[in-house]
Amino acid sequence: MLTFTVRRLILAVPTLLFISLVIFMLLELAPGDPMAQVPLTVPPEVKEKMRLALGLGEPVHIRFWKWLVQFFWIEPQVLIDHIFGTSFSAGDLRVISWQTRSPVMDIVVQRMPQTLWVVGTAYVVAILIAMPIGIYSAYRQYSWFDQMGTFVSMVGFSVPPFFSGVLVIVIFSVQLGWFPSIYDTTLVVDSWDSFVKQLQQMVMPVMVLALQITAQLSRFMRASMLDNLNQDYVRTARAKGLGEYVVVMVHVLRNSMIPVVTVIALGIPSIFGGAIITEQVFKVNGIGQLLIGAIQANDLPMVQTLTFIFAVLIVLFNLIADVLYGVLDPRIRYD
Amino acid sequence: MTEAAKDKTPQHSSVQGGPTTAPRSQLRDVWDQFKSHRGALFGGCLFLLIVLGVVVGPYVYWNDAKFLPTGRDFIKLRDMRPIYHALWDPSAKMDWAYPLGTDNLGRDTLARLMFGGRVSLAVGMAAMILALVLGSFIGVIAGYFKKLDGILMRMTDLFLALPLLPMILVAAVLFREALSKSIGPEGGVFVLIVCLIGITSWMPTARIVRGDVLAIKEREFVLAARSIGTKPRSIITRHILPNVLSPIMVSATLGIATAIITESALSFLGFGFPPDFPTWGRLLNDAVDRMTLFPERVLWPGILISLTVLSVNYLGDGLRDALDPRIRGR
Repeated sequence: MLTFTVRRLILAVPTLLFISLVIFMLLELAPGDPMAQVPLTVPPEVKEKMRLALGLGEPVHIRFWKWLVQFFWIEPQVLIDHIFGTSFSAGDLRVISWQTRSPVMDIVVQRMPQTLWVVGTAYVVAILIAMPIGIYSAYRQYSWFDQMGTFVSMVGFSVPPFFSGVLVIVIFSVQLGWFPSIYDTTLVVDSWDSFVKQLQQMVMPVMVLALQITAQLSRFMRASMLDNLNQDYVRTARAKGLGEYVVVMVHVLRNSMIPVVTVIALGIPSIFGGAIITEQVFKVNGIGQLLIGAIQANDLPMVQTLTFIFAVLIVLFNLIADVLYGVLDPRIRYD
Repeated sequence: MTEAAKDKTPQHSSVQGGPTTAPRSQLRDVWDQFKSHRGALFGGCLFLLIVLGVVVGPYVYWNDAKFLPTGRDFIKLRDMRPIYHALWDPSAKMDWAYPLGTDNLGRDTLARLMFGGRVSLAVGMAAMILALVLGSFIGVIAGYFKKLDGILMRMTDLFLALPLLPMILVAAVLFREALSKSIGPEGGVFVLIVCLIGITSWMPTARIVRGDVLAIKEREFVLAARSIGTKPRSIITRHILPNVLSPIMVSATLGIATAIITESALSFLGFGFPPDFPTWGRLLNDAVDRMTLFPERVLWPGILISLTVLSVNYLGDGLRDALDPRIRGR
């Protein structure tokens, strides 16, 4: 198992390099000009100097190499410095945002907690809802509960988050006035009242994100349970006289969880992608909104870094899913 | 799959006194299975209805989507409520000539919904066809030619590891100006969005098609075709492609759904079509600012997107069951 993990880790490096190259070339080939926003009264030679100051003067491969060095060598050093108080990165040039002139990673670190809170809670809530639904609809296949579950998950698939988000705002914050429609990230949770407020503002974004994940997960859980319910070992367990609860919740469930756990791991990066839209709807200033803002402001280093972070998440969780599958299922041996 | 079904038809049963029932055609079997899936039938009808509505609607409907009232008309026509609003608020500003009301510039909502539906559906279909052609091509080539299999599938894996939504957003912004200049603002964005969605959604199709091609390649009829000297090209087009048609059709329906959602998401985030060119996502985006006062303007485009995607998803579900010979006849 260890050799497999190490091999996958080594394989991930060329993948990530390729992805970073694709992202870099996409931004490179784009006809947009970062100097387009500069007033026309600025003389061309000054514009040229500004371009050089942004690091745009050098050939493509040198800039790509510099970005790689900054991202993979200097930024980890900054992180180590931050944790241990050392000064490895003193004097090194970090990836600088063109909008704010501060290091990109600092801004990302500021924005990350909001996204993680909302996305993480939504994921946990979705898993907690999806599992019982999936288990029960598989156990009572084709019952009215199962049919309802199929329909609701079909609706969950089909209603895009930018509509379900707006819909819950119209219902719960405009008509009923229960929850605030805008997520206030400056809120400091230090008392019961502020905690309640935090809960209130988290309900709607979490609900919207969780609906989509629940739809997928409950269907997957159901299919996985159905695969296992007809197996011979279930009959054996019943024949031994085990109670129905033990048969379903211990024997079947544990075996059905194997593929579901990998699907849960695989779904985490896509949820960050989905959070881009949800954050926009509820005005959560997380990394999704940071990305949208950076794209609109033509802030290429920020866009590049954020897109690459998304890519790292995808590759990382693919790897985790593969390894988990091997760890959980003794029938699967990679080496 | 055609071959598989031919094997099943009772050709030799005539030896024992002849078949009791007439042989059934494959299409008939598929249709019977499809009919028995109530959701699929409903979804198919709903999808046809929506397509018919947005295609024929503008010819029948009396208001023009592009008409922008000026002067006194503007004051008179703007912010009209839908007619059903009179049920609970008789004093609301409404007119029977504008069944779903007008927006803040006095443009008719129903006409814009129909026009936007045309654009959204056109983008969805075009992107789906592009993704399908790309995916089937890569899948067939990878499945049929062993030498290309490894590299093409690695490429598919790499594409699946790309963060697609962020990259579509970035590309949509960066390439818009150049394309708008060369093809025109609306045409440019249309081509751009269709290409972006198509290029980023062919991977599942390619994987499924490759798997099926790998299985079919080993069957006897392909061996027979090869033994009489058929060239790889005609083996693929005449023997393999017809047999992988059913997974391609299923991914086609699901492809429309994802393409419509992606396009609406792009328009919703403000990276899609220009503001005066309505699509369902764009209409939804425009209405969000005034949703406290005019919730109906948010609801209609959203409901239409959701209904279309829902119907297409059910259609795909039913098609998958109907086209799968293992499920059919059960």
